Amino acid sequence: MRLGLVLSEVGQGLRRNLSMVVSVVLVTFISLTFVGAAMLLQMQITEMKSYWFDRAQVAVYLCTEFATIGGCEQQAATPEQIAQVEAQLESATLAPFIDTYYFETQEEAYANFQDQFAGTAAAELVSPEFLPPAFWVDLVDVDQSQILVDALGGLAGVESIEDERAYLDGVFDMLNASSITAVGIAALMLVAAVLLIATTIRLSAFSRRRELGIMRLVGASNRFIQTPFILEGVVAALIGSALAGVAIIAIVEFFVQGYLTEALPLTSLVGLDEALLVAPVLLVAGALLAAVSANVAITRYLRV
Amino acid sequence: MIRFEEVTKVYRGTARPALNGVSLEILSGEFVFLVGASGSGKSTFLRLVLKEEKPTSGSIHVLGQDLGAISSRKVPYFRRNLGVVFQDFRLLPNKTVFANVAFTLQVIGKSKGFIHEAVPDALRTVGLEGKEGRFPHELSGGEQQRVAIARALVNKPAIMLADEPTGNLDPATSAGIMTLLERINANGTTVIMATHDAGIVDRLQRRVIEVIGGRIVRDERGGGYQTQANPILSQNFGMPGSGAPAGATTVGSSTAGEPR
Ligand SMILES: Nc1ncnc2c1ncn2[C@@H]1O[C@H](COP(=O)(O)OP(=O)(O)OP(=O)(O)O)[C@@H](O)[C@H]1O
Ligand SMILES: [Mg+2]
Repeated sequence: MRLGLVLSEVGQGLRRNLSMVVSVVLVTFISLTFVGAAMLLQMQITEMKSYWFDRAQVAVYLCTEFATIGGCEQQAATPEQIAQVEAQLESATLAPFIDTYYFETQEEAYANFQDQFAGTAAAELVSPEFLPPAFWVDLVDVDQSQILVDALGGLAGVESIEDERAYLDGVFDMLNASSITAVGIAALMLVAAVLLIATTIRLSAFSRRRELGIMRLVGASNRFIQTPFILEGVVAALIGSALAGVAIIAIVEFFVQGYLTEALPLTSLVGLDEALLVAPVLLVAGALLAAVSANVAITRYLRV
Repeated sequence: MIRFEEVTKVYRGTARPALNGVSLEILSGEFVFLVGASGSGKSTFLRLVLKEEKPTSGSIHVLGQDLGAISSRKVPYFRRNLGVVFQDFRLLPNKTVFANVAFTLQVIGKSKGFIHEAVPDALRTVGLEGKEGRFPHELSGGEQQRVAIARALVNKPAIMLADEPTGNLDPATSAGIMTLLERINANGTTVIMATHDAGIVDRLQRRVIEVIGGRIVRDERGGGYQTQANPILSQNFGMPGSGAPAGATTVGSSTAGEPR
């Protein structure tokens, strides 16, 4: 098969059907941007989950010298107070509800914090003495955090008791909902993209029916006849998916990193690394999608 | 070279067969005229040889291959052994004479070197040297048909199928085309030509296969366009679509045993 000839056929086909090709580019661009956004949202969820779900569900924060709320009077929890809280956790009343728990010192909290927010402004501002030491408690039943609040709430040296998962569940629900919405829109747009690619290819074949008739007559192989059409669809889709890749990178760079990091300084957000992972996936997905739908379209066109 | 055995072709959505129980054999190097009224099945016969259509029943062998056994992936390679010419030339209007002929070789993957030898050669055979750079609209009908013949010829096919190649041409131009086809035949290519042109058939005195309503009613070596030998046959089969009586098969098969 002669590559030059095939490529010049592809070029001609693209030029002849310019308006259809432009619509294929736009539709794949938009649909794959939604696919990419859905992927980023999923990555965001995974990233937050991997940070939070290694940790226990309920944090029993102890006093620091800066704390004024709860049982603190600007005094750090003393070792005795800490021991007392631990004794409560071990007690017969609480123990049955607790799966595991561990103690996190200020230094450990600081190290974790630095890990998660490496490179952000928050990481530089914080020093160990601002971060409270805490008991991280894994409950047998996630919904029973109120028991801990009731039992430990009044104790001296306890600043506050926070059910991290209750807070996070809301965030995850929201992220999941957006990602499902994005997937739904993407699916609809992808259907449109597939149909549009198929129509474009059929139109392109129709405008070249004289050549096709002669090719078939003189014995050009099916592959030789079909390849230019498939490549035509793939090239158009690749342009669209490249645009989608650029859009995803731009969204992460300017919206997520540029705006959201400032708006939500304490949340670790997806970054350029993730965007650079998503972009090639979009390229491959776009090319595959076009190759398959163009192949089906041209094969069916030529059979009739 | 070409053998039809009890071939019947009924197009989808039609009740009357376009070809009905046709058996015949065409040998290598023969020059065969297919004659018959419009709609009698001549083009259908040629399409079956090309494997553009599948027979409804019966078997077809071309160049030693059973067409029913060729997979659709192999059909293109089979067709490279056949050259085809049509009444309406079917040239690509945006390509020059040279490019039209070269196109055939390009799409079957021949090298540039081969193309630059074979194309001028084919154009010389059809008498078009010096007109390589012209476009189809800059040529007369006869010249356009010569380009089409050059295209059919350039890959040195064993069989040339021509469906009313002189249908759009005046008698003098037609004669030129026929001289060309005879010369191609003299070089060993089997030629099968469907035609309505009585003058040409009568003058050349080649094998004539007459089809009426999808049945072969005459297969005669050195025959003319009209059936004279058997006026009853002409009466019986003269009306295309009138439904041929059962006797037609006997007529068809009686010619099959004829010496060649
Ligand atoms: N693709 C098709 N679908 C349905 N019927 C067809 C098709 N092609 C041909 N026919 C029918 O088959 C019969 C034979 O047609 P065919 O084209 O073989 O005739 P022909 O002898 O070549 O006629 P002509 O001399 O006018 O070219 C006709 O009745 C025609 O209507
Ligand atoms: Mg015909």
